[in-house]
Amino acid sequence: MTESAVGSGGELVLFCIIGPLMVVAALALLFARKPVHAAVGLIFVMIGMAFLYTALEAPFLGVAQVVVYTGAIMILFVFVLMLVGVDAADSVAETIRGQRWIAVALGAGLVAVLAGVVLTANLPPAVGLEEANAMTNPVGVAYEIFGSTVFALELVGVLLITAALGAITLTHKERLSAIRDQRATVRLRQRAYARGEGSQVLTPAPAPGVYALHNAADVPALDPEGNPIDISVPRVLRIRGQELAPADVDGHVASIASGTFVQPVASPPAPSPDTSDPAAGRTDEEGGER
Amino acid sequence: MIDLAWLVVAIPLASSALLLLLGRRSDAWGHLLATLAAVASFVVGLLVVLEVLGQSPEERINDVHLFSWIPAGELSIDAGLRVDPLSLTFVMLITFVGSLIHVYSIGYMTHDPARRRFFAYLNLFVAAMLVLVLADSYALLFVGWEGVGLASYLLIGFWNHNTDYAVAAKKAFVMNRVGDMGLIVAMGLMFASLGTVSFSGVDAAASGLSTPMATAIGLLLLLGACGKSAQFPLQAWLGDAMAGPTPVSALIHAATMVTAGVYLIVRADSIFSAAPTAQLVTACVGAFTLLLGAAIACGKDDIKKSLAGSTMSQIGYMVLAAGLGPIGYAYAIFHLVTHGFFKAGLFLGAGSVMHANGDSTDMRTYGGLRKVMLVTWATFAVCWLAIIGVPPFAGFYSKDKIIETAFVGEGWQPWVFGGAALVGAAVTAFYMSRMFFMTFHGKARWVDEASKLGADDPRPRRHPHESPLVMTLPVVVLAIGAVSLGFLLSLGDGITGWLEPVTGHVDHPEPVLPVPVILTATLVLVAAGVALAWRQYGMNTVPLTAPAGSPLTRAARRDFFADDVNEALAMRPGQHLTRTLVYADTAVVDGAVTGAAAGTVASGRVLRKLQNGYVRSYAAMILAGVVIAGAVLHLVRL
Amino acid sequence: MSLMHYLVLSGILFTIGAVTVLVRRNAILAFMGVELMLNSCNLALVAFSRVHGTLTGQVMAFYVMVVAAAEVVVGLAIIVSIYRARRTVSVDEPSLLRN
Repeated sequence: MTESAVGSGGELVLFCIIGPLMVVAALALLFARKPVHAAVGLIFVMIGMAFLYTALEAPFLGVAQVVVYTGAIMILFVFVLMLVGVDAADSVAETIRGQRWIAVALGAGLVAVLAGVVLTANLPPAVGLEEANAMTNPVGVAYEIFGSTVFALELVGVLLITAALGAITLTHKERLSAIRDQRATVRLRQRAYARGEGSQVLTPAPAPGVYALHNAADVPALDPEGNPIDISVPRVLRIRGQELAPADVDGHVASIASGTFVQPVASPPAPSPDTSDPAAGRTDEEGGER
Repeated sequence: MIDLAWLVVAIPLASSALLLLLGRRSDAWGHLLATLAAVASFVVGLLVVLEVLGQSPEERINDVHLFSWIPAGELSIDAGLRVDPLSLTFVMLITFVGSLIHVYSIGYMTHDPARRRFFAYLNLFVAAMLVLVLADSYALLFVGWEGVGLASYLLIGFWNHNTDYAVAAKKAFVMNRVGDMGLIVAMGLMFASLGTVSFSGVDAAASGLSTPMATAIGLLLLLGACGKSAQFPLQAWLGDAMAGPTPVSALIHAATMVTAGVYLIVRADSIFSAAPTAQLVTACVGAFTLLLGAAIACGKDDIKKSLAGSTMSQIGYMVLAAGLGPIGYAYAIFHLVTHGFFKAGLFLGAGSVMHANGDSTDMRTYGGLRKVMLVTWATFAVCWLAIIGVPPFAGFYSKDKIIETAFVGEGWQPWVFGGAALVGAAVTAFYMSRMFFMTFHGKARWVDEASKLGADDPRPRRHPHESPLVMTLPVVVLAIGAVSLGFLLSLGDGITGWLEPVTGHVDHPEPVLPVPVILTATLVLVAAGVALAWRQYGMNTVPLTAPAGSPLTRAARRDFFADDVNEALAMRPGQHLTRTLVYADTAVVDGAVTGAAAGTVASGRVLRKLQNGYVRSYAAMILAGVVIAGAVLHLVRL
Repeated sequence: MSLMHYLVLSGILFTIGAVTVLVRRNAILAFMGVELMLNSCNLALVAFSRVHGTLTGQVMAFYVMVVAAAEVVVGLAIIVSIYRARRTVSVDEPSLLRN
């Protein structure tokens, strides 16, 4: 690090590239419809921030920024986003009357105040951290943290532990019923059958159709008469409407399903219509929940 | 015994409290206890009098200190009793006449279900009056003064199920308040200028008062006296006060209440001596009221109201005498005592007549009662002769002295006052004779219940009868007093000498006319008044309904429009003032209060919109605060 | 040469974060706005550290980071528990205090 490093040309170039990009990425917070996009934008801002820290002679904080924010906090955000529903797009309609205009006005006001402060401030030329970073920046920071502010560090440690405990307490959920094991599941299914409720199937559900040309969970299996068995397709796919009809697979399967099957000449042996192929089987539980 | 003088007050007070607290449980014997208490009070008073008589005249003013009453900084008032000839004269009058009235009431109120309460009030009345006369300071006097007002209110309105009676009680109370105001302000002025309100302190320092201050205090005291003694301009309540049972009227008119004003003026001698103007006003008020009362008494057909006018007139004589200064004090008190006897006798006699005539008070329905009520007739006659001043009855001695004294002085005053007193004596003779003849002589204007006359006879059916012994006996005693008291008390230097320690010694100066001339003139005028009344009411037939009469008569029947004047001058402006104040209260004061409340509610309703429950709104407010704070900080530092 | 451009960037990012908090109804997004505000402050702190030639600003930024981490943990835990109870992460929904 030399004297010229304080506000050197290279640093300015770096700033001029990263700064606008960071602003653009930050605007994703405001305008992205999907929260994940906003989170990605924020991650970009964090990483850009790490670059700027490094340029500002704070390599320790730069690394910490990447590790703590990008690596831990933002991952936690994305994790929670996944937990509560990734595709829960934010509704565009504003529920509080005038809130958007108030926000815009206040943002403008904040910009005005900050601009006023920054522009009127008599900012001296930067001293630079060459002297302070004489023993390298992490060592200097460490001296500072474990020296004059060690008590604050202890307090922050307490705070972190408390926060962890708090998070555990907040998200903890008491088990209110006994664990439903396999035996209990079977018993429940038999009772439902006796009452005439549920799927009225006691056996494990058939596996979806597995065909030579289209081996997928979204195609129903065929019964011995060639009719598609709906319950062989996982429920999620059925609800999403991603279930395929036999006709969508290929003509051969369709012909089997329609009962017009003719043994082709010089064709490879036809795939077994046995729907109880254990290789494609699923657990009892899944079948029971159909 | 003097140290035990407080018993005089305490006994009736305790009896009253006992009767009121015990309630119905004492119904059976309450009247006896009350009468006994009054008599006991009289006995104690008599013992005190005897002891004081044993003292030499200079020692006869005794102050009995009871307790420190109002120790408030500079104002330190002790409760104490002033036992001197003046107060003892009143004690004797009050307790003796009061006891007789108690005895009389036993008979009079036999059939009243609330007799026990009546006697409790009577005792309270007597106790309050005794406090008034025995007090050693204006402050304690005021306690008795108010107590008398309270007791009179309770007794005048005793039959308060009759709205008119309740209104009369309230009227008496309110008009007394006007006078009380004068007394309070007078006390305040005394404290401001003299620093004390005790009799001894005021007497000692009064000579140092500036004349305007003394005049102000004197006039205010006179206002108080006018209220209590029913003198002009506060005389209107007295007639209506007849609403109470007749013994109450007797008590108010003879022994208590109305005499308080005279007592106050005599007691405040030191003040009035320093204020000749106030004295002159007092004499004028007395002279005017004595004529006014006499005129009212002539116009009334109601026996009690006529007697009320008579009382007003007789008190006017006393106030006139008291207004003449030390030469008149002793005669004012003298007349007060004799008047107490014969007026009580007249009232109790009137009560007996009413009792006999089914509680009717209209004299035009009486007539010829002498034959059926001989004892009442005899006693009433004695008291009649006493009040009109026929020698040797009591009124002659006392009233004649006042007339003589009224003629003393220089300039116009003796002629005016003396003339008024003379004319008053003549008119007194006329209206008292009118009352006497209308009631006991002439043809009966009633029909005996047992007679067989037709139903179209306009005369009311009555069954007059003599009252029982318990009612006639007190009247007989009073009549004896009315006969003899004047002579007895003027024996030697009599009551004048007895009162000398209080009123001061004065050489009696010569009137502007020779005494025999005045005496003769008085007697001639009295005789003329009696003769006129006899011609009008004794010989002629009295019509059953009152004739229209002259304008003067009509005015007298209406109390010379006193009520109308009071209503026009005080009541209506008061009502308007009250309405204005009520309006101001609702519009301005309440308006401010409710306006503030409404403003708070309205602003709360507006501000409540800020608390909409949306986190983002709150965040917006926080950010707004940040922006404003930042802007302010930034702008201030520039 | 001054470091004013860092402060300008810091202010812009701070404003964007603040407006995000006001505008977005998704609690997680609003929370991200808060994080952005904290980061912009850190940038200013580090820049000032360089202006003054001491490490105090950096240490301050370090502590901000640590506290922000704790805050995120608790905040996200609250969001999760609200989501469990009400099946929503909108900040407008839990406005029960309004009535």
